[in-house]
Amino acid sequence: MIKNLFAGLLPAVFAALILISGCSGSAKDQSAITVWHWMVDRHEVFVELAKQYYEETGILVDFQLFAPSDIYSQKITAAAQARILPDIFGVLDVRSIFAKFIKNGFILNLNDSFNENNEEWKKSFFEKALAVNVFEESNHYGVEPGIYAVPLDVTTEMMVYNKAVLQDLGVQAPPATFEEFLTLAEKIRAEGITPLVSGWSELWLIDCFASNYAFNIMGQDKVMATFRGEVPYTDPDWIKLFGIFQLLAQKNIIDQGIVTKSNKFAEQDFALGRAAFAFNGSWGVNVYHDMNPNITYGVMPPPAISKEYPFLVWGGAGSSFVINRGTPNKDKAIAFLKWLTQKEQQQFLAEKTKNLPANRYALADLPSELYEFSKGMENSTHPTIWPAEEDLLVKEKFTKGLQSIIIGEKEPEEVAREVQEIKERQMQRAKNRR
Amino acid sequence: MHQENNKAGYNFLPSKDILTSFSFILPALIIFAVFYIYPFFETFNLAMRDWDGISFERPFIGFLNFKDLIHDKIWWQSVWHAFYITLFALTFQNALAFCLALACDREIRAKNFYRLVFFIPPVLSEVVVGFVWKWILEGGAQNGQYFGLLNHWLASIGLNSLVTDWLSNPKTALTVIAVVHSWKGFGWGFVMFLAGLQVIDHELYEAARVDGADAWKTFWNVTVPMMLPVILVVLILTILGSMQAFVLVLSMTRGGPGFHTEVPVTRILWSMVTTQQYGYACALGVTFGLILIALSAALKKIEKRMTRI
Repeated sequence: MIKNLFAGLLPAVFAALILISGCSGSAKDQSAITVWHWMVDRHEVFVELAKQYYEETGILVDFQLFAPSDIYSQKITAAAQARILPDIFGVLDVRSIFAKFIKNGFILNLNDSFNENNEEWKKSFFEKALAVNVFEESNHYGVEPGIYAVPLDVTTEMMVYNKAVLQDLGVQAPPATFEEFLTLAEKIRAEGITPLVSGWSELWLIDCFASNYAFNIMGQDKVMATFRGEVPYTDPDWIKLFGIFQLLAQKNIIDQGIVTKSNKFAEQDFALGRAAFAFNGSWGVNVYHDMNPNITYGVMPPPAISKEYPFLVWGGAGSSFVINRGTPNKDKAIAFLKWLTQKEQQQFLAEKTKNLPANRYALADLPSELYEFSKGMENSTHPTIWPAEEDLLVKEKFTKGLQSIIIGEKEPEEVAREVQEIKERQMQRAKNRR
Repeated sequence: MHQENNKAGYNFLPSKDILTSFSFILPALIIFAVFYIYPFFETFNLAMRDWDGISFERPFIGFLNFKDLIHDKIWWQSVWHAFYITLFALTFQNALAFCLALACDREIRAKNFYRLVFFIPPVLSEVVVGFVWKWILEGGAQNGQYFGLLNHWLASIGLNSLVTDWLSNPKTALTVIAVVHSWKGFGWGFVMFLAGLQVIDHELYEAARVDGADAWKTFWNVTVPMMLPVILVVLILTILGSMQAFVLVLSMTRGGPGFHTEVPVTRILWSMVTTQQYGYACALGVTFGLILIALSAALKKIEKRMTRI
């Protein structure tokens, strides 16, 4: 009987041990630095740089890729819940989420490191590249002031145009105003080519385009006032903004398919000459080059609709890495990120991946298109530096509403009403829960 | 009292036999508890909290998330979409699977080849299938040449009036996803139906023939009754699989245009990752789980009745 009991218990204990060991952290080399990232196009270069770092310092850096970016974000959130974040990682979500990661003790404040040696490290970055990672004194997120992430590169979201298509139509310069753009787009459509393409199934991209025009139509202050609930979405300026999407759809400047198109497919359309204009980020330079090295294109900000307020594009926020506050490898991680953002390494990254470097001294021989994208930084803004942030449910309703306008299902006024309804509900809810 | 129980043959202390038996099921019990029972209760616990998925604080809010979801039109719309896809799969997908299984059960040429071909879609990655179909169904054209294969074929046979942007047109998007889902899933039903058909005793068919039954009568009076248990299993699996379909939606439309192809699982996913409402997402998950349990229970009841008949 005892023998039987043992025969039964032994596998049970064995299974329990497997379970327990499975749930514990992996037996990794504690001296190695682990980096989790999402950048498929940069992974090989990161691995190459890690090798170089090992040769120079004897410290192993393990770059682990988790893509695409939305899956990566889920992994980071899950890892935070399980308290198994790596030494270095990135937070891709909106600023409020970034702030929650900080407030819950997952991210190290790098203020001291940036400021040591007379701010040597800090001064090596473009101001706008660093700005997105800074939480100022008495910020409304309640985060302790400081710099919490190290920028690797900067991006701007602009419009690209196929030079050959424009030249075939006898157009030498890209349109400067929205009216000029509409006129040209109609000519392009008459030639059987899609005037404008973008991956607007990805809600952040349609939100980016919309916020560009929102700033241009009503100015930043009014947009922020709307986010704070002081101006309703039914305001004529917002209706005007929704109307832009209706106009683009009605004049066939965008295809109906744009609302279910992912940006990868949109990039393919532009690279293959199926579309004359594309709304995309500066990472597109690398993508277009890989898809069609022969394409010749220029870069421009989306054409302004109003002269009252400046046209601001999203820019500055590239990829950034943060350091896990709980890691025993803090010093090593900081040293590695300092090395990674030095001029030589940044130049290497920029050359290999055609992304704008975050280090101001590393502006290597950039492709001309990338240089044009970099000019967008002069008139750039980004949600991460805005003084207010829209509720995420309202944002979802807003962007889905834009899709409904494009497919001709709803009128701008109807969408405005629906967004405002959600806004009021969320404000009431926030009030109640406070 | 204890002595009385012992006298009556009761013993509340576990015997060694019981301990031995229990030790055998302990590994399975541990795994079941850790991976099924604990997550179930934790999901229910989180459904009653206002949690963003990151913060340590998870304030208890009672049934507020459930109250919210009752008024969430988009959620109920997504549930209806799942029912639509399921109805489509129950009818067209299973009818196709059954017909093909009947065909392959007969002595036809190259039947092994067909069996293999029909089973290819289910083993393909759902994401890959989604992207391939997205390419087939793509809208848009350049100089009169349609990018999407379907539109190209339609135009080439003169059916230009049918050309549309299949995935961005709210009238067609959900149906198209239901069609692709059925195409992807019919192979499972086919294999199960075929297995069921092959175990039907051929003497029954011979007896029916001797009694003068024609093909139609044989089908209704022999094949269908004998296949009933298999049909019910296929129906249950189809319902549970189709209600939870979401990978195709993600790869083909991401729930768009607007909310026209949202299904419950995508709503749960977006609530977690896009709007950071983990507590609410758990409430959606619990509700959806209850819907599926209710459906399964109803089917089980139907199965019992049918078996009795």
